[in-house]
Amino acid sequence: MKEKINQIINKYNSDRSRLMDILLDIHDDKGYVDKNDINQLAKSLGISAAEVKETVSFYHFFSEKPRAKYNIYLNNSITACMRDRQGVKEAFEKACGITFGHVTQDSMFGLYNTSCIGMNDQGPAAIINDIVFTNLTPYRVVKLIEGLKEGKELRSLIYESYGDGNNADPDMQAMVNNNIRKGSILLNKNYKKFDVVKNELSKHSPEDVIQMVEESDLRGRGGAGFPTGMKWRFGRRVEGDHRVIICNADEGEPGTFKDRVMLTEYPDLVFEGMVIAAYATGADIGLVYLRYEYKYMLKYLNRILGEMREKNFLGKNISGIKEFDFDIRIQLGAGAYVCGEESALIESLEGKRGEPRDKPPFPVEKGYLNYPTIVNNVETLASAVRIIKNGAAWYSQYGTKDSTGTKLLSISGDCKFPGIYEVDWGTSIREVIEMCGAEKVQAIQVGGPSGMLIGPRDFDNLSSSDLMKWYKPSGMMVAEKFFDRKLSYSDLPTGGSMIIFNTERDLLRDVVMNFMEFFIEESCGSCSTCRNLPYIMKMKLEKILNGHGVRKDIDDLLTWGKTIKVSRCGLGQTAANPILSSILNFRHIYEQHVQAMADYDNTFDIVKSVEAANKYVGRNTEFHSN
Amino acid sequence: MNKTIKLKIDGKVIPAEEGQTIVQAAHANGIYIPTLCNFEGVKPKGCCRMCTIKINNRYMTACTTPAADGMEIENNTLEINDIRKSIIELLFVSGNHFCPSCEKSGNCELQALAYRYEMMVPRFPYTFPQKGVDAKSPKIIKDQNRCISCKRCIKTIEDEQGRKYFAFKDRGYTLEVVLDEEMAKTMTDEIAQLAMDNCPVGSILKKEIGYKEPIGTRKYDKKPIGSEFEV
Repeated sequence: MKEKINQIINKYNSDRSRLMDILLDIHDDKGYVDKNDINQLAKSLGISAAEVKETVSFYHFFSEKPRAKYNIYLNNSITACMRDRQGVKEAFEKACGITFGHVTQDSMFGLYNTSCIGMNDQGPAAIINDIVFTNLTPYRVVKLIEGLKEGKELRSLIYESYGDGNNADPDMQAMVNNNIRKGSILLNKNYKKFDVVKNELSKHSPEDVIQMVEESDLRGRGGAGFPTGMKWRFGRRVEGDHRVIICNADEGEPGTFKDRVMLTEYPDLVFEGMVIAAYATGADIGLVYLRYEYKYMLKYLNRILGEMREKNFLGKNISGIKEFDFDIRIQLGAGAYVCGEESALIESLEGKRGEPRDKPPFPVEKGYLNYPTIVNNVETLASAVRIIKNGAAWYSQYGTKDSTGTKLLSISGDCKFPGIYEVDWGTSIREVIEMCGAEKVQAIQVGGPSGMLIGPRDFDNLSSSDLMKWYKPSGMMVAEKFFDRKLSYSDLPTGGSMIIFNTERDLLRDVVMNFMEFFIEESCGSCSTCRNLPYIMKMKLEKILNGHGVRKDIDDLLTWGKTIKVSRCGLGQTAANPILSSILNFRHIYEQHVQAMADYDNTFDIVKSVEAANKYVGRNTEFHSN
Repeated sequence: MNKTIKLKIDGKVIPAEEGQTIVQAAHANGIYIPTLCNFEGVKPKGCCRMCTIKINNRYMTACTTPAADGMEIENNTLEINDIRKSIIELLFVSGNHFCPSCEKSGNCELQALAYRYEMMVPRFPYTFPQKGVDAKSPKIIKDQNRCISCKRCIKTIEDEQGRKYFAFKDRGYTLEVVLDEEMAKTMTDEIAQLAMDNCPVGSILKKEIGYKEPIGTRKYDKKPIGSEFEV
């Protein structure tokens, strides 16, 4: 084993910044990293073992304990829970003979919970040895485990045919469905692959390209909505030996799966967007940060990149443009929602824990390996291609004045047609509800930006505070009174995930609790506020749900929520939003759970509370009142 | 000499040198901004959020934000002070900080801040986490129940090759600062003392010595925290 690990370390030139890849390769090989491996890594990389563990223990898909032959990661997103995740979970436990969080004695099966894996429209879903199994039912689980016990090959047990579109590609063979319900200018089969790089780019100067993107008013589609053209302009201006374009494909906001569909059906469009961004900004390094959950796409995506290199759409003097050198590498994540925040993503790319950085400096000034770095969302990059092809004026026909273009919505939950909808900005929530066939809607969770806005500090007249004003965290539970509000940067900004809950759902016990557990699980822990407060607020919510709450407890939650707004990143600042927005919009449900006329919890029963202790020591306590 | 700039804290104009952080500029001018994770000489990280201030209606951390000309900063306000107090309370309820029996009492920055911000009973419920005490190292005790994950030991305690003695483990609510097992074995008395001194609370304690300086005569027993900066 020692030899094998040495080979892996050498493959990455003992480069500490490639620790993620080194760990991923070791996991591919033996499934986990043990103490000896960690010591060996520490020695080779010139750091302490504790520092190696620091990275290992941060990511959900890394393990210091031996894992099984088949490692089953069952997604615990709210929509999976709404489709009998509990039954599926019990079926796995019964069939394997263990509970979640454990490995069977014969090391055959390991069962683990995992946060949203981007399959909300086809859950419950599980990742088993990097292969995705969707639409799980207890019956399917039993058959699956039986098959594996009989020694059948894992892929042969895929019970549905491969999914639609490119999901069936020989390099992917995934049982995943795109569920594209509405296309427009991005989800459009008329897209001529690499036409812009081949025929258009040489006609424009980099400056022209930036100007076109600026004129189109394209804004970041991750949710924060920073003007893309402005970001590119800054990136171009900052001095650096290299410049970096990063495609953020780490969508982890619960209920988001649009990037999965874009990368499945239109990877060329996304990569072409990266080439355009590189041309405009003068970048030579391209990185795609792909969430580990989408590892099943890796081979397929790398093939597309290979084809691009063959056709000189990547490499040196791209498309005959002199000195335009640019290439793209895909970096896999390892399971951490916070890495969708662009500076945490950069930390992760450098082989470290995904802890967001302090800003300023912004990534555009000092990003990956301290080079000027432009991080764009998958959807933003794809939109840029359409803009350069058809012009800014054409693009601004779509959407509204302050929010041009289209938005990909990932819709899941209680509706007839969950899936991907490409809508114009300005579409109202009510239209969305009608579009996806949802009835008796009680609430919708509208996903907000997980990331902090980026931008540079002192460019021209723009100050940090000017940049900061773009940042509008959302991520909220909306009630009917919001249904006529429009999806746009000035009204209701969103990263695109919408989860629908009908009137049958127990919003607090099921939905809000699930989201709070998500934020507690996914906090990086760096800020004292986000590390501790969501846990304490969840305790309080449990108190209310258990009937011990009073009105003051509801007000306490609202006031406590203020403290979390001082956290460093968007995840931290919005980590209490499930509770805060549900109190603001559904206070009546909270009121139903608390003791109406009481000022403090008076349900404490001292006799009952010492019952167990009394029984243990064989004592009968009498309580006297005087 | 760096360019001199001017900024305003709670209405008072103070000069600062370009390149200084807001905390540095404030402290140099007799204005106290409380900090916990900040440590002179190492890159700030903004972990504890104690130095939260408001600029243009936006919360920022004063230890990480460079001072800029014309900046207007809210520092000693009711709102900001209450946020700071709530952070202190949050740290108290998320660990087990039992001051009367702690070797660091009087030298503990968290305790001193609690006095300064007049914490009585925390507004949050105690969470009573069951964390361990690592006493394997020959030189120090690492009590996880008192650790506030400020990263000061991680950032400042290194060996000659730049390898770190301390590191984070896990994430979120279960995050801990752990000591490297191998490096702990060869830790010198000097390093152990430095680790204890750099820890703002009583999480890192040097073995075989205690209460050398009587309680009541220690740093913050005499003067409140922050008074060293205030005019």
